[in-house]
Amino acid sequence: MSHSISRRDFNKLLVTGVAGASLGIFGTSTNAFAASKRVVVIGGGFGGAAAAKYLRKLDPSISVTLVEPKAAFYTCPFSNWVLGGLKTMDDIIQTYTVLKNKYQINVIADVAVSIDPARNAVKLKSGSTLNYDRLVLSPGIDLKYDAVAGYSEAVANTRIPHAYQAGPQTILLQKQLLAMRNGGRVIICPPVNPYRCPPGPYERASLIAHYLKEKKPQSKILILDAKDKFSKQALFKQGWEKLYPGMIEWRSSVTGGKVVKVDAPTMSVTTEFGVEKGDVINLIPPQKAGRIAFDAGLTDATGWCPINPISFESTIHPGIHVIGDASIAGSMPKSGFAASSQGKVAAAAIVRLLQGKVPAAPSLVNTCYSLIGPSYGISVAGVYKLTAEGIVEIPGSGGLTPLNADADQLSEEASFARGWYNNIIHDTWG
Amino acid sequence: MALNLRVWLTACAFSSAVFTSGSVALAAGSSAKAKPVRESAAKAAEENPRGLVLSLSCTSCHGTDGKSVGIIPSIYGKSTEYIEASMLAFKSGARYSTVMSRHAKGYTDEEIRLIAEYFGRLSHNKK
Ligand SMILES: Cc1cc2nc3c(=O)[nH]c(=O)nc-3n(C[C@H](O)[C@H](O)[C@H](O)COP(=O)(O)OP(=O)(O)OC[C@H]3O[C@@H](n4cnc5c(N)ncnc54)[C@H](O)[C@@H]3O)c2cc1C
Repeated sequence: MSHSISRRDFNKLLVTGVAGASLGIFGTSTNAFAASKRVVVIGGGFGGAAAAKYLRKLDPSISVTLVEPKAAFYTCPFSNWVLGGLKTMDDIIQTYTVLKNKYQINVIADVAVSIDPARNAVKLKSGSTLNYDRLVLSPGIDLKYDAVAGYSEAVANTRIPHAYQAGPQTILLQKQLLAMRNGGRVIICPPVNPYRCPPGPYERASLIAHYLKEKKPQSKILILDAKDKFSKQALFKQGWEKLYPGMIEWRSSVTGGKVVKVDAPTMSVTTEFGVEKGDVINLIPPQKAGRIAFDAGLTDATGWCPINPISFESTIHPGIHVIGDASIAGSMPKSGFAASSQGKVAAAAIVRLLQGKVPAAPSLVNTCYSLIGPSYGISVAGVYKLTAEGIVEIPGSGGLTPLNADADQLSEEASFARGWYNNIIHDTWG
Repeated sequence: MALNLRVWLTACAFSSAVFTSGSVALAAGSSAKAKPVRESAAKAAEENPRGLVLSLSCTSCHGTDGKSVGIIPSIYGKSTEYIEASMLAFKSGARYSTVMSRHAKGYTDEEIRLIAEYFGRLSHNKK
């Protein structure tokens, strides 16, 4: 019907903000004016925990159940700091105590195995069923182990970790680095886009270099990249030259970076140009939405979940909101910051939808800090708005730490990275 | 996709003033009235729904309700006027920052006003 809305009319409508009731969009929903307000959240990571907390905070009359199998959640943010020896695993544990006690969220330690969108029901591994008025799904990623020949979950768990889901994988990679000889070679293999935390592999290379420079200075790092460019590239390269001259080599895909095969017994990887041996190999495979999103039919051909960006409601199954890494969120990166921002925006929208009201137009945001050295921080920021084309970055806003920033600014950004972590953890789980 | 979005966007409340007239009509018949007022965040949200949604972007770095637990400054406790003036100064570049000017440039002056009002009111409600 609105094929005929011109850009001018569209802008006019934005300004006048015609209420949804007059369009009959929300009035017909069975959930509007619902007597019961039950929301089930699947996944207690950055997206899910934030959504659960803010649902309760913004409308205490909503009952919220959070399904998450892990009692202790290790955050990926700052897991590279653990590898660099700047934090311990204990520093990056989050628990659900505050969500349970202060926000009275019903936290269930279980796995969601299936969703019935027609009956508004979630089935759990333990056998029980949860009914919902609205469902929030934030399952994070699954790794495409079969994208690289010779790689598998078993190989990842024993010899060649990905360390892209924090926890035992981080511990394994850290153990290998600690055990490596001085003069050893670490190979890091980042994946093609899109994947979670675009600057993650390069922050990792930086902080591993920091550790090696202090403890095993003869060692080297080789990055074999499936891409030809990467996030904050010029800033990382400048930092590497300043702090770790000669230690880190980056090979782009066209110059032989693309890894096609791994061989765990000989600790080697094969690129289109030849074989490289490493003392420690960190292979980060390509990614897709977490499994439950596929099982529930919420993904499209890309392997991620299409959503309506005002409320993050699935365009495939209404009533189910998909947030975080699993969602297709326009030009927002897959980050913990973005997931948490989306969780809060979805919560605010659900609160209003359950009250039979129109959600307010959101604004979304992201800042990814990366540490190159203990007092050398850089960042990329983005502010995102909705347009008829979806979630887009606002021209003129956001962007990177300037190249050639002085030592004070870099050190200030490193401090703010720590400050950011403390606050987002508190804003999400505390 | 674009088509769907157009419909949604027009349905979406973009300014608090316009929203109020829509919500009055919608609230009749809902049970929202019975809600306890003890949660001041919920109250501030009722008064300024767009300001609330915008403010959610701030709290990832500045803490829930703008109460920072780390080195990043709190927004909570600051006046509407101070927050608005700071954001406008970050936006114009008059005030130095590492990352704030990159953020401030993402908001219109009207949105900055709504954010400032939301946090200003939140601090006021608690007193
Ligand atoms: C090395 C590294 C560094 C990073 N650094 C940063 C950073 O500095 N800043 C930043 O913003 N982001 C960073 N990220 C990215 C960030 O970790 C992710 O983007 C973020 O975790 C995504 O949140 P999510 O809620 O989508 O998924 P997750 O946080 O992964 O949470 C998903 C949760 O869902 C649970 N789950 C999955 N399936 C089910 C099911 N069927 N039933 C019940 N529960 C289920 C899982 O157990 C998990 O706890 C980094 C990532 C990595 C790998």
